[in-house]
Amino acid sequence: MMRIPCIVCGLRDENEFTCGGTSHLVRPAIDASDRDWAEYLFFRDNPKGLHHERWRHTQGCGQWFNLVRHTLTHEILTVYAMTESPPR
Amino acid sequence: MSAWRLAEPFGTLIDRSQPISFLFNGRSLTGLGGDTLASALLVNGVRLVGRSFKLHRPRGIFSCGIEEPTGIVDLLDGVRRTPNVRSTVVEISPGLAAESVNCWPSVRFDLGALNGWFAPLLPAGFYYKTFKWPNWHLFEPTVRRMAGLGRASLTTDQDRYEEVSTQVDLLVVGGGIAGLAAAIASAEAGARTTLLCAGAAPGGGLGAQGDPAVAEMIAKAGRAGVTVMPRTLAFGVYDHNLVCASEQLAGATRGPGVLRERLWKIRARSIIAAQGAFERPMIFPGNDRPGVMLSGAVQRYADAYGVACGRRIVIAANCDSAYRVAQRLRTAGIEVLAVLDRRPASHIGTHAEGVRTLASSGIGKVLGASSVKGCLTVAAEGPSVRSERLDCDLILSAGGHAPAVHLHSQAGGKLRWEAEASMFVPDGPAPGLYSVGACAGVFSRQAALEHAADVGRSLALGFTVPPAPVGGAGRSLASTRIAGVRGKAFIDLQNDVAATDIGLAALENYRSIEHLKRYTTTGMATDQGKTSNVNALVLMGELTQREPAQVGTTKFRPPFAPMTLGTLVGRRVGSLYRPLKHLPAVQWHAAHGALFEHFGNWSRPAAYPLAGESLNEAAQREARCVRQSVGLFDGSPLGKLEIWGPDAAQFLDLMYVGTMSTLRVGQARYGLVLNANGVVVDDGIVARLGEGHFWVNTTSAGVERTAAAFEEWLQCEFTNLKVFVTAVTARFANLTVSGPRAWEALAAIGFDAAFSPQNMTHMSLREGAFGAIPLRVLRASFTGELSYEINLPVDESGGLLEMLMAAIAPLGGCLYGIEALEILRTEKGYIHVGTDTDGTTLPGDIGFGRAIDGKRANFVGRRSLLRPAARDPQRLQLVALSPADGRTLLPCGAQIAALNPPTATEGHVTSSYWSPSLDAPVALAMLARGGERQGEHVGVHHLGRRIDAVVVKAPFIDPQGERLNG
Repeated sequence: MMRIPCIVCGLRDENEFTCGGTSHLVRPAIDASDRDWAEYLFFRDNPKGLHHERWRHTQGCGQWFNLVRHTLTHEILTVYAMTESPPR
Repeated sequence: MSAWRLAEPFGTLIDRSQPISFLFNGRSLTGLGGDTLASALLVNGVRLVGRSFKLHRPRGIFSCGIEEPTGIVDLLDGVRRTPNVRSTVVEISPGLAAESVNCWPSVRFDLGALNGWFAPLLPAGFYYKTFKWPNWHLFEPTVRRMAGLGRASLTTDQDRYEEVSTQVDLLVVGGGIAGLAAAIASAEAGARTTLLCAGAAPGGGLGAQGDPAVAEMIAKAGRAGVTVMPRTLAFGVYDHNLVCASEQLAGATRGPGVLRERLWKIRARSIIAAQGAFERPMIFPGNDRPGVMLSGAVQRYADAYGVACGRRIVIAANCDSAYRVAQRLRTAGIEVLAVLDRRPASHIGTHAEGVRTLASSGIGKVLGASSVKGCLTVAAEGPSVRSERLDCDLILSAGGHAPAVHLHSQAGGKLRWEAEASMFVPDGPAPGLYSVGACAGVFSRQAALEHAADVGRSLALGFTVPPAPVGGAGRSLASTRIAGVRGKAFIDLQNDVAATDIGLAALENYRSIEHLKRYTTTGMATDQGKTSNVNALVLMGELTQREPAQVGTTKFRPPFAPMTLGTLVGRRVGSLYRPLKHLPAVQWHAAHGALFEHFGNWSRPAAYPLAGESLNEAAQREARCVRQSVGLFDGSPLGKLEIWGPDAAQFLDLMYVGTMSTLRVGQARYGLVLNANGVVVDDGIVARLGEGHFWVNTTSAGVERTAAAFEEWLQCEFTNLKVFVTAVTARFANLTVSGPRAWEALAAIGFDAAFSPQNMTHMSLREGAFGAIPLRVLRASFTGELSYEINLPVDESGGLLEMLMAAIAPLGGCLYGIEALEILRTEKGYIHVGTDTDGTTLPGDIGFGRAIDGKRANFVGRRSLLRPAARDPQRLQLVALSPADGRTLLPCGAQIAALNPPTATEGHVTSSYWSPSLDAPVALAMLARGGERQGEHVGVHHLGRRIDAVVVKAPFIDPQGERLNG
């Protein structure tokens, strides 16, 4: 079980959180092609390495936030707000 | 009898003044306080303990610890049994009863042993090759009965289990000298240090020998403030330095309510692994015979329990430690006939005084059918010498050591093959976890003590951790097999995997170590190959011309040792397994005859049966009563959200199919919630309380996920909207009065005329009060009758129920439950999301196609409704069904098909009830092209029977909806 630094509450156990999957997906407009819409709905990268993803501190403050996690080591490099751009 | 109890100083863990009786296979035996079941069985001369998994070969006790592959028993306690317990880790207690596994009718005369005669026909993978035709399931029951180990208990576990979470600076796993040295140094440097040891006390192998230096270390650990947790086994390392361990608590105590085991979840800043090493067995024919034991185990039984496992022993060796064992056992008065050393003389780094040593030799044959009665020697290389017969009663297997790298590997550490000692050792530390002592490959006592202390101190002070000085074990060959020797030599004693099975796997190209494991089952089951994995991979390498490092190990996964389900489950059993929610006025309903059932996470009245009435009869009566006069329903579980903020209306337009922004204050509207895929996931009613304030009713079961979805869209996608979502389900009770005389009932007890049907139309919400009780009254209807959904503070619900009951009683009204509600809504053709819909249902399938076309907002899921699949004319659509004979109830879930099965289905029945008002069955179904098939006959198939049904127009009752207005 990982420990996740909630952007509001600090370091908490993973079982207080809900994972929302990959961050920074752009929801296409209503006139997007079927292919683009399917990409948005169903296709995800599965990187071995850094992954930008969003989590919610469901059993705590309820806040959604982004984090960067290494998918091999589970090291969490940084957390940042939903409205922020991914750190470089 | 070849075993006996040694005099002191042997037996450091036993209490000679405390004899303890226990039962083994119904026979009463006596051991001493401190004995394990294994040591007590051995001292009583019990060699044959069980039968092997597949071939039912006789098996005895092989080791002295958690690695035990064969000394497995079922523990009995009255009618209850704990299966597959390793006799080597159970302390005996008065009244303990154990039973052999996998044998019938008895361990001595076992019919399954016939399998042994057919062993040549039962090689690795024989299931896959043999039991294919016509179907595996034909053979499964017999194979399952023949194979396997213990039997599971059929009764409820009476014991209690609990779970504790804690945090430490430094966690040391293992109570041997290396673990103690690390813990002392860490605590002395000021770190909060906890030491876990699996046994009753720390000290390890040297402690068992009564070494005074170890006793001094234990005392020093106490003075330094180390928290020592005995009988606590760390079984897994998880992400971010979480160690899970199980603590054995009850000991001898049995009975209802006894706290048996505790699961510890320990979050450590750093972890030190000090779990030692397992001894590697030698490979020779008959190496599974009871009376062949690991050499270190035999010494441990002597040191700790004072048990001499045999009188005349032969040691089959591949390492220097065998000579230390020989020396020690000789001082105990055990005769060592010979050390048969597999290594050439040049590799042997030590000797034992007065012990005959044969280099480059081994065992060619073990004599004795169910217990060792001697052995024949064989030369490993060089000129062939005459085989010699040695009349031993015990054979010690000393094939070298395999460091316990399990936790290191679980934590993500890498391994490297140490060729000189033929062992895998940690290749540097794992993230957050550092190995010391034998599990780091450090076998010299002094080096281990110094390194462990250095690691403990460095971690406590934040210094760089020194690398492990691997070495001190001497030389060992990788392979101990002697070419050309015939007979069945076992690699995995627990799973009956012989060297020939590894050979077959190599021949059939299952060369990957992971494939080898699955194909032969080597390294599986309760011991997870602690004594077999290295031999298996070395042999596979030998057969495929690869170095052990190239073959590699299988992945080490938790648990390190078997755990009881009770430990993992803890207190989450019975009513705490899935806690139910109760109505605020649950006692009131119970007093009024409610029959409670589970609906989602709620316990709710299904109906209120009168004396002698069945649930179904009660539901029929209640539904008829609502149509004829008035009914009272507790709808408190209904999901309730308040949506606040200047952008609340715009937000709801995005969340719902159905435009909410055009609602006037006090007006209400039905809506569907979709997910991004366009699938209907919830429905409900939205009412406007103010310009920026809405009241949202969701389904009872769906409120949590709907609220969560609203939050996710708000926080992650529509971040510019100023909206708050507040869940208020638990704050408001909901009491619904429904039926043609609903208003008459409310008026009779003095409800404000503002709530009358004249002043308050269908689909409107009005805030007001009844006496001092503030109300939010919604006129919406799930029954099709004039309905008042009265929302009020939960604490007031009992009182208002009492008054409403008094109001409806004179009108012939009654309480109604979920069953009646289901009948009423099905008569009206109203859907129940999750019952009539499933994970494929789109709004167009349930008649909401046109509502979408007219809407402007790009609501969630909308784009998905434009996909070709969403516009397929063959989609299942909601219809109403009646049986052609007007009498036969259509079974819920029955498939609809034109032809008799097997054939393609064109839909299924989703809701089906007997309507008391129509005195006929009513049903809803999802049917391909359903929308255009009104009047068609369809076949409903159930258990081989075909029922002719007609697609009819919904609703069955009050098509004009006049009754809604009272």
